[in-house]
Amino acid sequence: MELRGITKRFPGVVANHDIDITVRRGTVHALVGENGAGKSTLMKILYGMQKPDEGTIAVDGEQVSFHNPGDAIARGIGMVHQHFMLADYLTVLENVVLGSEKLYGIGDRARAKIKEISDSYGLGVRPDAMVEDLGVADRQRVEILKVLYRGARTLILDEPTAVLVPQEVDALFDNLRELKAEGLTVIFISHKLGEVLSVADEITVIRRGTTVGTADPKSTTTKQLAELMVGSELPSPETRESTVTDVPMLTVDGMRLSATDPDGVVRSVLDGIGFTIHKGEVLGIAGVEGNGQSELVDAIMGMRQLDAGTVTLDGADISRTPTRKRREDGMGVIPEDRHRHGLLLEAPLWENRILGHVTERPNSKGAFLDLKGARADTERIVREYDVRTPGIDVTAASLSGGNQQKLIVGREMSHDPKLLIAAHPTRGVDVGAQAQIWDQIREARREGLAVLLISADLDELIGLSDTLRVMYRGRLVADADPATITPEELGSAMTGAATGHLEAPDDSGAEGAESADSTDTDPRNGGEDR
Amino acid sequence: MKKIDKERLLLGIAAPVLAIVVAFLVTALVLAATGKEPFSAFGIMFDYGLKSDSQVYILNKATTYYLAGLAVAVGFRMNLFNIGVDGQYRLAAFFAAAVGGALTLPGALQIPLIILTAMIVGAMWAGIAGVLKVTRGVSEVVSTIMLNAIATAVIGYLLQQGRLGHLDEAGTKISTKPLPESSHFFEFPTTPSPVWGFIVVAVVAGVAYWFTLSRTRFGFDLRTVGQSGSAAEASGVDVKKMVITSMLISGAVAGLIGMPTLLNDSYEYSGDFPVGIGFTGIAIALLGRNHPVGIALGALLWGFLERGTGKLEFEGYDKEIVGVIQGVIVLCVVIAYEVVRRFGLKRQQSKVGAELAAQAARNNDQQEVSA
Repeated sequence: MELRGITKRFPGVVANHDIDITVRRGTVHALVGENGAGKSTLMKILYGMQKPDEGTIAVDGEQVSFHNPGDAIARGIGMVHQHFMLADYLTVLENVVLGSEKLYGIGDRARAKIKEISDSYGLGVRPDAMVEDLGVADRQRVEILKVLYRGARTLILDEPTAVLVPQEVDALFDNLRELKAEGLTVIFISHKLGEVLSVADEITVIRRGTTVGTADPKSTTTKQLAELMVGSELPSPETRESTVTDVPMLTVDGMRLSATDPDGVVRSVLDGIGFTIHKGEVLGIAGVEGNGQSELVDAIMGMRQLDAGTVTLDGADISRTPTRKRREDGMGVIPEDRHRHGLLLEAPLWENRILGHVTERPNSKGAFLDLKGARADTERIVREYDVRTPGIDVTAASLSGGNQQKLIVGREMSHDPKLLIAAHPTRGVDVGAQAQIWDQIREARREGLAVLLISADLDELIGLSDTLRVMYRGRLVADADPATITPEELGSAMTGAATGHLEAPDDSGAEGAESADSTDTDPRNGGEDR
Repeated sequence: MKKIDKERLLLGIAAPVLAIVVAFLVTALVLAATGKEPFSAFGIMFDYGLKSDSQVYILNKATTYYLAGLAVAVGFRMNLFNIGVDGQYRLAAFFAAAVGGALTLPGALQIPLIILTAMIVGAMWAGIAGVLKVTRGVSEVVSTIMLNAIATAVIGYLLQQGRLGHLDEAGTKISTKPLPESSHFFEFPTTPSPVWGFIVVAVVAGVAYWFTLSRTRFGFDLRTVGQSGSAAEASGVDVKKMVITSMLISGAVAGLIGMPTLLNDSYEYSGDFPVGIGFTGIAIALLGRNHPVGIALGALLWGFLERGTGKLEFEGYDKEIVGVIQGVIVLCVVIAYEVVRRFGLKRQQSKVGAELAAQAARNNDQQEVSA
């Protein structure tokens, strides 16, 4: 399969440009890149969910154009989505035949076919099991089988390991090797470099929407790959001089939060969380997504009631304070999902400037809105924070992600926050905006702002933070000094493989009083501590 | 940015106009299909609908409809579907009539008291649905529909002799005790029949609605919840409190719906008190895009359609045709708004993209020149 010069534009932003990839038959081809690098868009194009604006796709030397996933399936391309698309209350057999009843019927013939596929690739799928009884790894195998059942010869797996524990990852990789041995092609999307190196035959790196190079897994290290992914010419997020004071701004102590999942099981999503952020300090939280970071933000903002523990902001206990009061008291938030939590997409920019600060000047006077003040201040934000927009009356939806984010940053910074919660502040944001946002965080930090930074971009975390903590399964399991830690070491701690104080193995200067496990653990071997 | 503003206005008007035109076309087809000549029917409607007595009729009807539209729109702005406006206004009017009939205070005291009673009863009835929603997660659509039925039953039970009912002198009609003369609301002495003074209250309610939504913090919070519940919560709005508050407001406004009829026309609540206006309100709020002026236009249109088609009956047409037109208008409006909304959003996105690209190109040129 060959992709040539693929370009996809969304209003105000180019998601992909000049993508060139050649995938050889019978190989596992990994596609790596940071969050927001454009991997998902590319895969949607490949699977016919979106049409490229420019460029060609060729399968087996023949040029094709996909209008919908059906076209891609007809060409033998199947996709296993990151979020499974299975009906819980149907059996595996029913899920597999659903929508493809014409292929092998819905009865014994289909059952035999499922058996056959399952056996020949070692998937171990039981056709009559109920999907609701299956674990995550089994569900994933059902998804893979579903795709194979429809005759796919090329499988696209979108971040398949994100939901798996290390042993399951190994099993999945064994399956992939079986598929490869049978002559099938696998396109494997990931940003976990260790995994990629262990399973892929070829690697293509995507950065900022374009292919920046290929790598041979046999002769490449994770470090080289990480450099390719991040790009050495990119602005570095590093902060130089320390501005940390000894005045605590935010103190979280013994925080516990539990949630009821759809099955009615109560499990704890945050447990024993405790940390202090001082004035002028950036505390970075590293962790694989879904390990409690969003819940932590919600809890600090007051959107969720704590089961135990306290939150103290600038000396005042705010554990029971409503969200609005917390924000008035100086809590700024750059939310993880700006579309859901940070913006009113169909409202004009100046109304978005009011959002979250409706009780504060210049947005309102008493109970009444101050439209004039809010509009004037929006103009100022647009100017000072370089929001690229033709005016303040356009809807937020018409701005590109980077400009939306700059508006949010500008808004939150305009109320002299004491604490800024920045969740993935540069996700899906172009390089220029990224550098600006980093600068603004640094500047505010110099002026005594305390920042809670949550990010999946390890370089951003290491570069901006004064202190690093690693979150795993709702707990802070490790801490590290950003001056000495490398992304690889941090990455392995994020899988739960290392706990305690992390130390670079080659750095003798680090203060390693409470050092625990080794830091050179390969993520795939980890997980014994569970 | 004046350009985009003008465009937005144009797009805003385009949808209802489109819907009404399509609705008339469809109606013409229906008329033609029943073997009647459609255009003379429209001619009769416009002729008759614009006569001076019709104008009075339309204004009076529209007063009621406007309040109904507002009551529904308050909920809509918050993504709450208050179907129970119907039950709320009937129950409110019933109790207001009962209170008004029982007392003989000076008008300056009694009229506000009657109106206040109606608003409180409406608010309480709607509030039940609000409380159920935030405490038990009951959809307000389901609970308000059920409350409509319960309201009917409650009125039926109480509107009996010996309870709050009162048999008139002829002994044929049971109603609440008629309001004393002093409780009659003022009228504009127009000919041939007067315009109800309650139209003033409707206008005040419209202005209050506009001001609250677009000029107050509370209104901003309410709109925020309507546009994105998650963003509202993150911005510090107490969404649960907001749900209850807006249901109370919606119910209070619903309480006003029966007042023009009660204070300007019937002066009592009986079995022939108008029903179903809550549902008309839903259509009118949709038609008027929840905008105070739009709702007014929608209410006038509704009154006009009813008046105009009433005449058709005498000209050999089926009077059900009004239902067809109204139904088709609502259907078209819903579709047209969505189409226009998507079109507008897309158009603006590409426009902003183009403008920014042009800006960037200019900057590049300048840089090259200066370099």
